[in-house]
Amino acid sequence: MSFYLVQFLSGLATAATLFLVSSGLTIVFGVTRIVNFAHGSFYMLGAYLGWTLVERWGSTPLGFWGAVAASALAVGLLGALMEVGLLRRLYRSPELFQLLATFGVVLVVQDAASWIWGSEDLLGRRAPGLRGSVDILDQPFPLYDLVLIGLGPLVLGLLWLLFNRTRWGTLVRAATQDRDMASALGVDPARLFTGVLFLGSALAGLGGALQVPREAVNLHMDMAIVVEAFVVVVVGGMGSLTGAFVASLLIGQLQAFGILVFPQITLVLVFLFMAVVLVIRPYGLLGRAEDAPPTAASPGPPLVAAAGAARWAPALLLALLAAVPLVAGDYALIVLTEVVILALLAASLHLLIGLGGLVSFGHAAYFGLGAYGAALLVKHFAAPMPLALAAAPLVAGLGALAAGWFCVRRSGLYFAMLTLAFAQIVWSVTFQWYGVTGGDNGILGVWPPDWAAGKAAYYWLTLALAGGALLLLRRAAFAPFGYTLRAGRDSTLRAESVGIDVRRHQWLSFALAGSAAGLAGGLYAFSKGSVFPTLMAVPVSVDALVMVLMGGIQTLSGPVVGAALFHLLETEAMSRTDWWRLVLGAIILVLVLAFPKGVAGFVRDLWTRGRDA
Amino acid sequence: MSRRLAVENLQRAFGGVQAVRGVSFVLGAGEVLALIGPNGAGKTTCFNLLNGQLRPDAGTVRLDGVDIVGLPPRRIWRMGVGRTFQITATFASMTVRENVQMVLLSVHRRLFGLWNPAAAGFRDEAMALLERVGMGAQAERPCGVLAYGDLKRVELAMALAGDPKVLLMDEPTAGMAPGERQELMALTSSLVRERGLAVLFTEHDMDVVFGHATRIIVLDRGQLIAEGTPDAVRADPRVQAVYLGGAA
Amino acid sequence: MTTQPLLSVRGLQAWYGRAHILTGVDLVVGRGEVVALMGRNGAGKTTTLKAIMGLLDRRAGSVTFDGRDVSALPPHRIARLGLGYVPEDRRVFTDLTVEENLEVGRQPPRDGAPHWTPDRLYALFPNLAEMRGRRGGRMSGGEQQMLTLARTLMGNPSLLLLDEPSEGLAPRIVQQMADALRALKAEGLSILVSEQNLAFAAAVADRASVIEKGQIRFEGPMRTLLEDEAVRRAYLAV
Repeated sequence: MSFYLVQFLSGLATAATLFLVSSGLTIVFGVTRIVNFAHGSFYMLGAYLGWTLVERWGSTPLGFWGAVAASALAVGLLGALMEVGLLRRLYRSPELFQLLATFGVVLVVQDAASWIWGSEDLLGRRAPGLRGSVDILDQPFPLYDLVLIGLGPLVLGLLWLLFNRTRWGTLVRAATQDRDMASALGVDPARLFTGVLFLGSALAGLGGALQVPREAVNLHMDMAIVVEAFVVVVVGGMGSLTGAFVASLLIGQLQAFGILVFPQITLVLVFLFMAVVLVIRPYGLLGRAEDAPPTAASPGPPLVAAAGAARWAPALLLALLAAVPLVAGDYALIVLTEVVILALLAASLHLLIGLGGLVSFGHAAYFGLGAYGAALLVKHFAAPMPLALAAAPLVAGLGALAAGWFCVRRSGLYFAMLTLAFAQIVWSVTFQWYGVTGGDNGILGVWPPDWAAGKAAYYWLTLALAGGALLLLRRAAFAPFGYTLRAGRDSTLRAESVGIDVRRHQWLSFALAGSAAGLAGGLYAFSKGSVFPTLMAVPVSVDALVMVLMGGIQTLSGPVVGAALFHLLETEAMSRTDWWRLVLGAIILVLVLAFPKGVAGFVRDLWTRGRDA
Repeated sequence: MSRRLAVENLQRAFGGVQAVRGVSFVLGAGEVLALIGPNGAGKTTCFNLLNGQLRPDAGTVRLDGVDIVGLPPRRIWRMGVGRTFQITATFASMTVRENVQMVLLSVHRRLFGLWNPAAAGFRDEAMALLERVGMGAQAERPCGVLAYGDLKRVELAMALAGDPKVLLMDEPTAGMAPGERQELMALTSSLVRERGLAVLFTEHDMDVVFGHATRIIVLDRGQLIAEGTPDAVRADPRVQAVYLGGAA
Repeated sequence: MTTQPLLSVRGLQAWYGRAHILTGVDLVVGRGEVVALMGRNGAGKTTTLKAIMGLLDRRAGSVTFDGRDVSALPPHRIARLGLGYVPEDRRVFTDLTVEENLEVGRQPPRDGAPHWTPDRLYALFPNLAEMRGRRGGRMSGGEQQMLTLARTLMGNPSLLLLDEPSEGLAPRIVQQMADALRALKAEGLSILVSEQNLAFAAAVADRASVIEKGQIRFEGPMRTLLEDEAVRRAYLAV
């Protein structure tokens, strides 16, 4: 009995941190409508700053709590700075570019933190006066965690007072509901937003600084927390503070007890929980339809099939690429093989985002399913490569068919979160199902047979298969299938009223995109000779998203250009500097601010402008 | 005149507010029926109930004798009810011609082709429809850059592409210049004669309503308060009071 | 007192998305004057008020308020100069209570404009006084309309832009609204009110401007409009 009580309390302590971070996220989203991926980075910065300041001042209770407060304030200022310097310029950009910009910040902060604090885990000092534990029914429980448990409701109460009993809070709530009306009453939205970013980021920083005595500070804290915080916000209902609080409590308990009941699938539980909540309550526990974020992609100009000489550009490019092995060495071929594979991954995601307006945060799942599908056949059934490669798109396509059935029932950010949930479920199963997948150790020895083992031979094989798939995707975009998908995106209302079953079409597109990503995954497995769970982890989904957005979602060549640009930049930066994330993040920020339509879109605009002139 | 649409005792409430209460009317082939009433009277709600966008709380809608209540919009469209929207809803990322082709592809159930270009399908049919509404010259322009009045005409061509028996037009001339309004309605009237269409439309421009409707029904706070020929409705004191206002 | 009008609009054009709604509107509101902007549905009344307030993405032409060119300012700057806007679709903050809605509108006192406090407004709108703690979403349409007006008055405006205040309201509430507007005029407030209801406009306005298809077609004293049946037939009636 007492054991369960302690477990319950530790769930509450987890919930408190979760609530601090997710309350900040939900406040920022509520007012600015920006999905801020950098929120996790602010949490991490709070932890690092907290560690430094606690090391310096933390020998006394006053010093410790002063250090925590100072960290939160400093992080809040950084958040305000981000609003003024970056987000403010993007309020009128497509939401996807706001998202991309916050990814850029994530990368920059990663390397900045690594540069300042190093990549070693940092163990912080315990809070003075709270080092011990108390016995709760004969079970020891850390005193510090008890304080955290109290802090959750305290912060909720303070936030409630702030939003309900101060003029500032009243204005924020008014602007959240109707920005234009508030502005017509003399409220300056820009200043309000800076303040909101300050508050939201400070809450994340506070959550991070408070973790210092509990866990080692490291460079992986950002992604881990932001994904969990998103789950909390979505489960609770976007923009609802009380919802975030309730969801934090539920998820804290789920984690505390899940580990007892289902030790094998603890990681899956949270995402499974979110998927179930979203299927039953489309806008989260306390969310309302009107607070739901709008769908992501806005319709662009018509896709124009290249005419004249430009029609032969893809064929020419293919011929050029096919000739590369005649002149290039092995290293260049390896990089180029990867580029071709990633181009297929990006193009498959573009089918969803660019044509369907469906932003997937979990496309890596299908890349990974393809890779694992192929590798498992090789490992357990000694399947030959052609069979394994044929299975890759099939496995991924079936996975996408299953996940897609749920995902397309929701739109906008909720769709994105469901895709993320399924990706995390697939990832955790792979990670934890040691007997079959080898867990963390992955599957080794997935090499092509002799005839395809040479770098040039495998490159040609990749070019043929991925090139074929790219061609199919391109044809599909111009065929009725792609037009119907775009029709559903441009105007669901109109599409449904001219006989189109939009949801079913999106579902099939999801499966098609999944199987194309699966083929890319299969090719990737044989090019590396091994597969690991990281193939389907969040960073790969994010990379794919960045490639698509970098290239621009409004052109079909965009994802290919984006994949090449991204991978080459990444490889180049990695080989030249340890600070490649910083470089990449900075490039993304510059691109977002300079080319709000993506690189390929920008070039095409130049081209059309030049022609019209 | 054969009866196409028969609406009986339609009801719909939103969160306790009764937006449509007990609306009944019939619409016959060859008729151009105007649904008028002050803002917020429930006109658009009525339309949404007819084409399946909203489900009525009670009442029946029969199309050629078949009850269509509860069917999704895409099914009702396939049964022959076309619609244009108050705020134009075209496929903004496609050209004018492609918008019409999209509808034709749907009519012929060719939505899943993966290989042959969509832009090659039913090209001539699409062009013929666009010529009919006077948009032939602008067929290759993206819908996203069209003037409002032109979008309305594209909407009409898209609706015609479905070869409807009944056409619902929600404020078909809003945002158009006066000359264009008369032109579009004259076009609609001639289509009604050619194809034996039944048209139900809402409109705020009284010149359009009294110039082109063969019959008028008047909605106020969710209820029909008058029905009749344009002259009869114009003379109805109740209509004067609620709609035409103190000005008359 | 200057002889210059409080609000002067010249050649105002505005677009809604791609639709060119206003093609050149000219309007003048003098100090202490109530002007009715009349016209049928879709004539451009709402768009005119929104364009003056800076609430549209695309507009052109000049808007001079209290001697300042405001045509390039964002809405909150225009509001802080003393231009109060009451939208047609009410747009109360439904999650906020009556008191909180008023608080959002509050601005510092302004020279040359009446100064409003919640208590003065509760005296003007006794209904609101009885429901200070009620959320905007739980009020009737008429109550919301009163709240929207009161909320804007909290900004102590010298000119009120009022969009179709009588629309969709029961006759008794319309009467209350007309009384309230006359009381505001007596306080020295200038008002530009868009209206379809001629009786209502006649009850409150000194002058009328009639808009049709994006342009002003008639401009003159309210009395003239009431007497000129040709204009009424052409632009207002059937």
